[in-house]
Amino acid sequence: MAEEILLFGAWGSPFSRRVEMALKLKGIEYKYIEEDITNKSPSLLKYNPVHKKIPVLVHNGKPVAESLVILEYIDETWKDSPILSKDPYERANARFWAKFIDEKCLSAIFKACWGEEKEHEKAVEEASELLQFLENELKEKRYFGGETVGLLDIAANIIGYWLGVFEEASGAELLTREKFPKLCNWANEFVSVSAIKENLPPRDKLIAYLRNRFGVGTTSK
Amino acid sequence: MASSATVTANQLIIMAELKLFRTWSSPFPLRVVWALDFKGIQYDTIFEDLSNKSSLLLQYNPIYKKVPVLVHNGKPLLESLVILEYIDETWKQTPLLPEDPYERATARFWAKFGDDKVLPSIWNVFIKQGKDQEEAIVTAQENLGFVERQLTGKKFFNGETIGFVDLAFGWLAKLLSLWEEVCGVTLIDHEKFPLLSEWIQNFADAPIIKESWPPRDKLITKYQALLEVYTSKEAPK
Repeated sequence: MAEEILLFGAWGSPFSRRVEMALKLKGIEYKYIEEDITNKSPSLLKYNPVHKKIPVLVHNGKPVAESLVILEYIDETWKDSPILSKDPYERANARFWAKFIDEKCLSAIFKACWGEEKEHEKAVEEASELLQFLENELKEKRYFGGETVGLLDIAANIIGYWLGVFEEASGAELLTREKFPKLCNWANEFVSVSAIKENLPPRDKLIAYLRNRFGVGTTSK
Repeated sequence: MASSATVTANQLIIMAELKLFRTWSSPFPLRVVWALDFKGIQYDTIFEDLSNKSSLLLQYNPIYKKVPVLVHNGKPLLESLVILEYIDETWKQTPLLPEDPYERATARFWAKFGDDKVLPSIWNVFIKQGKDQEEAIVTAQENLGFVERQLTGKKFFNGETIGFVDLAFGWLAKLLSLWEEVCGVTLIDHEKFPLLSEWIQNFADAPIIKESWPPRDKLITKYQALLEVYTSKEAPK
């Protein structure tokens, strides 16, 4: 049977872009369907009735939802260019940090950019503490995955690209070279990888969208 | 469960140093206890008092400062579901996750749904009152409806035997009836949730689960006290 791979996504979403990055890294061809999240398609609702969200990967008719779950599915199904180590401890480490990014970092970053003004300093401090953990985790590695981009790098796309865009859109300053030299270097390396670069939403378009949706931010000039 | 006679030299080396940091009652470290017990793995237990955390715990888990922490040959593993996958990949007997990638993805999805949505929505029912509680009940039952359908045609989420998703939902099998008793609300009744009701019975009856479950009366006291804290917060001054 011919392989059919569909991806329901949204152009600006780091979650849906994660899936595209992984598919691209492994050279997997797929059909992309752009969803309007204010007007969800019947297909999306059929494939993800629980969360009704993107991304959803549909492989030969079978849907997989939740970006990190999809990344592991992709790695286990298409074995070329693995994004996870074979070593159980390293795998656990990558999973832990990916979860950390999704459960702690994103909301903290968002608060620091578009939170209440009186809470701004505290929000920046909290976000910085979290980024420091990631800075320390990177150590002397080129990528979180070591010599090549791995699952954690892909999960950290929020830090690698979206964070800079959030900062520009809102005027907040979080990922400074002064405080986070390793993360900044990593971010540059990350967005230079062709499979990643090709899957980044256009910066200006994203800034305009963010400002429109969330306002100009607590510290915009 | 692996019999002691089949433990190989290799397994002895891997088992060399395994420590689990837990509390007497928290359901998350219990997942790790169950996984290790199902696979017949020996380990040391360190009981933590979360109001007075040991320096070791803080050293091993500086970010969350929580249990469980599993330390294997000096290296810490954090987050119960991450730990479960590590255990499954390190010790291959009595597998917790299926082999097929799609079935694995499905299992991971439901375990995550349990932690991200089901548990918080049920906790809300427990701690809220009046109209807030009514709304919480609606959300919780919607979530439980999704979970119920996952059991169609199966004894356990994993099929014939207990697996990853069953362990992930273990708290539901044992804590829910307790919370229902303490706060006086029934969420899972046999008519609305026949499959879940049966699953709860089957899971709770499994010897490994039974043997490791904290004493019921102690748990009731704990949750009664917790509920009082929440209700006194909400009470009009």
